[in-house]
Amino acid sequence: MTQDQSPPPMIRMDGIHKAFGSNRVLRGMDLSISRGSSMVIIGGSGTGKSVALKSVLGLIKPDAGAIYVDGKPAGSGDRDAFLARFGMLFQGGALFDSLPVWKNVAFRLQRGALKRPADEARAIAIEKLRRVGLKSDVADRFPAELSGGMQKRVGLARAIAAEPEIIFFDEPTTGLDPIMSGVINDLIREIVVEMGATAMTITHDMSSVRAIADTVAMLHDGVIKWVGPVADLDQSGDPYLDQFIHGRAEGPIEAVR
Amino acid sequence: MSPLSLLARLGRLALGALAAVGRVALFAISTFTHMLRPPYYPREFALSLLQIGWLSLPVVGLTAVFTGGALALQIYAGGARFNAEAVVPQIVAIGMVRELGPVLVGLMIAARVTSSIAAEIATMKVTEQIDALVTLSTNPMQYLVAPRVLAALITVPLLVGIGDVIGIAGGYAVAVHNLDFNAAAYLKNTVDFLEPLDVISSLVKGAFFGVIAATMGCYYGMQSGRGAQGVGSATKSSVEAAAVLILAANFILTGVFFSL
Ligand SMILES: Nc1ncnc2c1ncn2[C@@H]1O[C@H](COP(=O)(O)OP(=O)(O)O)[C@@H](O)[C@H]1O
Ligand SMILES: [Mg+2]
Repeated sequence: MTQDQSPPPMIRMDGIHKAFGSNRVLRGMDLSISRGSSMVIIGGSGTGKSVALKSVLGLIKPDAGAIYVDGKPAGSGDRDAFLARFGMLFQGGALFDSLPVWKNVAFRLQRGALKRPADEARAIAIEKLRRVGLKSDVADRFPAELSGGMQKRVGLARAIAAEPEIIFFDEPTTGLDPIMSGVINDLIREIVVEMGATAMTITHDMSSVRAIADTVAMLHDGVIKWVGPVADLDQSGDPYLDQFIHGRAEGPIEAVR
Repeated sequence: MSPLSLLARLGRLALGALAAVGRVALFAISTFTHMLRPPYYPREFALSLLQIGWLSLPVVGLTAVFTGGALALQIYAGGARFNAEAVVPQIVAIGMVRELGPVLVGLMIAARVTSSIAAEIATMKVTEQIDALVTLSTNPMQYLVAPRVLAALITVPLLVGIGDVIGIAGGYAVAVHNLDFNAAAYLKNTVDFLEPLDVISSLVKGAFFGVIAATMGCYYGMQSGRGAQGVGSATKSSVEAAAVLILAANFILTGVFFSL
């Protein structure tokens, strides 16, 4: 068995169940992401993709199942050290509206173990803003003064500011124009290739999927219905996946959910 | 409905209420333990001092001055029924310092501070800002809750003290200008009559009410449901709970100070 010699996956989700009241969202989700690879999760709205990401971070407590990060059960050991390995772009941006943009981006660099002098933190923030296509004059504005797409990119800059090993992107290109989506796709790809980070991205945008993914997983009915290399996307023969990637109303996935 | 199912329902209600009290108590305990543990957030604390203390001064001053004035008029009119008009300075002083100062300031803080804390934290919850804080290795209990509760613990007693003084000044103004009291005698009567315990009780009540007001705002904010409706209902519940708890605590503290 070759599998026993290979290093443990960076993230392993094992039979994750999560219900909110009678709404059974995850029903035994299994997923492995190997170190330094880029996993993209696709699936209809409300299928629990965001819930899955939040479960790994411990923001949502699964009802059953186990999650391992780097071979160790998530939630064991020091929580700050655990979280310091992650960067997360939230679906809605989740910027702190009481802080100017640069302090949002530099949040992790201004307190705790990664604390740096203010001018250095600011310089890093401005450099990260530039990487997501924002000029330095947004640094002193407040999140509420920015458009939705700009907020998204500030959130992205915040997620990568401390150069984490594992980065989660929840719909990074939703609400962006096609050119900016291209910039963000390239950036995510770059982060994985250059920084060697492990990335897990949620997206509905098939061009993003092809630009970002090493591996694609499709979440449906609370389980991973299909997982495979991005090259196999078009020849999967899986009716669910085919319907999704071609955006057909007809098929096994009900349009009314 | 059978007696048994009625009993079961009552039991469930009582258990539910007890559980809620338990959750609030646990939250309050957790707030205080987080207050003592680093990291501390001086900027958040300073902003809270400004928000809760300084910016509440106008509303506290207005509340106190009108109440003190009305109190003087009432006592004068009521006292006239048995020739006791002269007690206005004493009753205004004791009424303001022991009861009305702390209670009215407490309720105004519930209206102003509890509601804004609850709405702010609930909005942060709904827009995933709380999740983002946690992800950035920052404990919301330390970053959001502890500075606000500590600021209220420190500033609300001061606000109550200021409210007491302004309330007495309101009574004094009405008594001297409208009711022909002698200014110097009024002040002397006030000062001679008040005892240290009156003032101490007033400030201690302020400290309790401040903690109640800020804690309820934070608690309901952190518990908020989803969406705009969640924020609205968190805000409403926080003000209701703070006001009722402040009045209940006032009753208990009055008992502790003055009838034991
Ligand atoms: N905190 C929560 N409380 C209750 N229900 C939730 C919560 N978070 C998510 N849900 C529900 O779980 C389902 C999946 O949500 P989500 O993971 O956000 O979907 P998506 O796949 O679009 O990211 C939805 O039906 C949503 O209403
Ligand atoms: Mg989502």
